[in-house]
Amino acid sequence: MNAQKQAHAWLLLLPALTLLVAFTHYPAIATLIDSFMSTPKPYRASVFVGIDNYAAMVDDPIFWQALRNNLWFALATIPLSVGLALAMALWVNGKIAGRGFLRMAYFTPTVLPMIAVANIWLFFYTPSYGLLEQIGNLFGLPSQNWLGDKATALGAITAVAIWKEAGFFMIFYLAALQGINPSLREAAAIEGASRWFFFRRVLWPLLMPTTIFVLVNAVINAFRMVDHVVVMTRGGPDNATTLLLYHLYEVGFKFWDQGYAAAVTVVLLAALATVALVQFFVLDRKAHY
Amino acid sequence: MADAIALRQANPAGQWLDTLAAWGLAILWILPLAYAVWTAFHPAEFSAKFSLTAPLTLENFARAWEAAPFARYFLNTTLLVSLILGSQLLLCTLAAYAFVRYEFRGKNVVFALVLVQLMIMPDVLLVENYKTMSRLGLIDTLFGIGLPYFASAFAIFLLRQTFKGIPKELVEAATMEGASTLQILWRVYVPLAKPVYVAFALVSVSYHWNNFLWPLVVTNSVNSRPLTVGLQVFASADQGIDWSIITAATLLTAAPLLLAFLLFQRQFVQSFMRAGIK
Repeated sequence: MNAQKQAHAWLLLLPALTLLVAFTHYPAIATLIDSFMSTPKPYRASVFVGIDNYAAMVDDPIFWQALRNNLWFALATIPLSVGLALAMALWVNGKIAGRGFLRMAYFTPTVLPMIAVANIWLFFYTPSYGLLEQIGNLFGLPSQNWLGDKATALGAITAVAIWKEAGFFMIFYLAALQGINPSLREAAAIEGASRWFFFRRVLWPLLMPTTIFVLVNAVINAFRMVDHVVVMTRGGPDNATTLLLYHLYEVGFKFWDQGYAAAVTVVLLAALATVALVQFFVLDRKAHY
Repeated sequence: MADAIALRQANPAGQWLDTLAAWGLAILWILPLAYAVWTAFHPAEFSAKFSLTAPLTLENFARAWEAAPFARYFLNTTLLVSLILGSQLLLCTLAAYAFVRYEFRGKNVVFALVLVQLMIMPDVLLVENYKTMSRLGLIDTLFGIGLPYFASAFAIFLLRQTFKGIPKELVEAATMEGASTLQILWRVYVPLAKPVYVAFALVSVSYHWNNFLWPLVVTNSVNSRPLTVGLQVFASADQGIDWSIITAATLLTAAPLLLAFLLFQRQFVQSFMRAGIK
């Protein structure tokens, strides 16, 4: 009987588990192995090359550029989108004029395909007749090629990501705020606490688990988001907007360099695994006091 | 803030500033969409010129529709999204049920293995998954786009949490009546988890309707391209296409989700909330 029950459990799990292994665990391990192998060629099979792919990666300026870009991208998108999300949630959780419209306006970017909105943003940034240019003209500002200039391209890409993400994160803060006992606010009011004091000493600690959940998602997204790069800049100008996943896509599917692509994937996986471990061991403990 | 009035800093100026900032941000957030609507519904010469007297037109949509096989792309995306959602609901329900109803050896290890996918989504492993797809002969098929997503760790996690909260008494009562294990799943667990299914469905549909990189890699013909990839191919095809047509095509791509969102805003927001909290 017990053996039969065990068999039942495994039968129920089998379809999902097979697919998870086939498309998550197996490729992760295969990638690690491939990263020590050469790229197979029509006339030569893949052979073990040790750390050659990694050595090539260390010598590849584009890889370092992508890594640097990605770190800047993460450093800008994470705090800004999370901060804006919190502000948005605090606003639309209350009795503000036009609350329904505000909620809709903030959340709309989340349901739009990144690829579609990237097209629209592309126009905003277009020199000589784009929207930013027209606004700039009103104030007599000089013409600016936002996506074509190395100094501003990454910033322009980052702005789109923040715009896309803030409303999504707002939802989680909104959910958390609505779960907070209203009597806390009444008590604070009776005590004569200021709004800022109430936020800092009551709301912020209570929102901590949400903040951590949102942060983890923001970090993962910072390493996964590339749709807009494909549409708006293709990594250019001069690799100024190449992010790790985009570099991986180019190495894997434009240059068809499998071994090298595997090494880049391992770096990306290591970044994601670090996020997972930090969340698991450090942040989780701090979130529940 | 709701009861800010009750707090000491209930000065009208602060309130007023809050409202102003909130509206400023909202306008900034809605601007790209508003701009797209403007351009798509006006003749090309008004694509960067804002005049109240500009004539309205549907011409851009008609031209976009003719310029690329959007009907096919719509069909592909709809099939793809349904295929993925259907498989996810079925496979993940079974898996979540196994985790809740049975004690078996290695249960915790297996569950931990499931959770790995929350961090490492199939789209990061695209080179290796592409190789698997080409071995299976699934390149350039809708099935090939969907397959890596059929088992969702997120759905398993979400359903497991929900199933765990279902009172044991109900299950015992059903057992007394002679219901089999699968009957209990179908008659007790699934109906009680309905709100969670709806929430997950909305999140999954909007994710896969909008997904781009993996479909881009796997597809290479009109037969299997979803809307997002179709739109990208269309917008970068040649320089002869003007902005009005591109924005019209962009709106076409986003329209079904956008309309659904505008009609069922509350449900959408609550779905994302529900999916996030648990």
